[in-house]
Amino acid sequence: MAKVKLETENFNLFYGDFHALKNINLKAYENTVTAFIGPSGCGKSTLLRVFNRMNDLIDDVRTEGLAYVDGIEVNNKDLQVDELRKKVGMVFQKPNPFPKSIFENVAFGLRVNGVKDKELIRYTVENSLRQAALWDEVKDKLHKQATELSGGQQQRLCIARALAISPSIILMDEPASALDPISTGKIEDLIYELKNHFTIVIVTHNMQQAARVSNYTAFFYLGELIEWDETKTIFTNPKDFRTQNYVTGRFG
Amino acid sequence: MTHIENEIKQLKDSVIEMWNLVLSQLHRAKECIEENDENLANEIIINEKKIDAYELKINMDCENILALFNPVANDLRFILSVIRINADLERIGDYARSIAKIIREEKKSFSKESLEKTNISGMLSVAINMLSNTLTSFENENKNTLQFVFKSDSALDKINKHANEIITELIKKYPDQIPNHLNLLSIIRRIERMGDQTKAIAEEIVFYLEAKVLRHQKKKDKLI
Repeated sequence: MAKVKLETENFNLFYGDFHALKNINLKAYENTVTAFIGPSGCGKSTLLRVFNRMNDLIDDVRTEGLAYVDGIEVNNKDLQVDELRKKVGMVFQKPNPFPKSIFENVAFGLRVNGVKDKELIRYTVENSLRQAALWDEVKDKLHKQATELSGGQQQRLCIARALAISPSIILMDEPASALDPISTGKIEDLIYELKNHFTIVIVTHNMQQAARVSNYTAFFYLGELIEWDETKTIFTNPKDFRTQNYVTGRFG
Repeated sequence: MTHIENEIKQLKDSVIEMWNLVLSQLHRAKECIEENDENLANEIIINEKKIDAYELKINMDCENILALFNPVANDLRFILSVIRINADLERIGDYARSIAKIIREEKKSFSKESLEKTNISGMLSVAINMLSNTLTSFENENKNTLQFVFKSDSALDKINKHANEIITELIKKYPDQIPNHLNLLSIIRRIERMGDQTKAIAEEIVFYLEAKVLRHQKKKDKLI
């Protein structure tokens, strides 16, 4: 059995009085893609953000139970959040490049972490852009503004930026929902390549995308994890009728 | 009803219509053998074209649903099952037609003795019951009647196994009627094949209902 990279044990999360995640028990294995699916407000993005403590930025959040990254409890008070986020990169729904050059966007994480070796930075930028399948498209304009790139290129730049700090886990929150089908296809191909080196968790509303890119799929509904299994099982023979209703589009 | 539910319902209705048509072909084939009725044989041969048309339509409908709706889970299993059931029904229709052709070309009617000894009408009744039970199961999405289907197929296989001996005996007894009795053997083989196709249909229904694959498994009646 592959190594467990992310795990929750009886995990609960509250926004004030609202019980957003209910007793979640889930694992994500090394070098696999796990897709979180479910209707809006079911808690899938909330759970994603647990793994790099993004929920710390929201007032009145309270958790119970345990969540682990590489066996380390993420809500442990002694844990340095910066260190956690070096290990767990994140890509958001809307591409959010910094108003800097393409090169500086990718180099940003290294510079923040105190890397000064220019050769190392140059090498890492090129390597990250190659891993994000963007190098060939931008190698001749590395010093142009990142905002001049197309939406799909900007999203791959954000993925390169996340890769530059050598995380082992990448969280993706609807990374292709704002992109056209060609760009979406490129992101999906990229996820397929990246899983050889990283553990990926992706939140998506696109069921076919979940089916295409992931090894495991977790279905959430009203804050509960209804079913979690291999993707092929979820899409051919789900055990719970609510999962079946959701994947076949009969929900509600 | 969602769009895909509506499409699947229409597809199911078409399959049921085709199924009933195939069933009526088997009823006619039985009567045709018993009465040696050439007109009825012609009717079966003409009706076969309708079955072929259904097969093409259902295939195309499945293709469209797969392409346009990307069905998953039970919807996907339903479409996959229908594709195979459609082919099996068409094949059963073919067997009914070839029986009709034998009757039409056979100048001499089968003797009462040979019909009784081979129990050909009984075999066809079993085949008809099997197909009728699978239809009920498909319509109601309930596997209760399928055990009967698997058991009946074994019964048909047994009759078929002894057919050679019976026909040999008849040939020895009536050496002037060899072609007539060989045709009878040919019909028995086709009825046995109908049973096999119906059993395959029953397996597809189990796959649709429970995601269980029974193909190439022994003692299927015990697995459901």
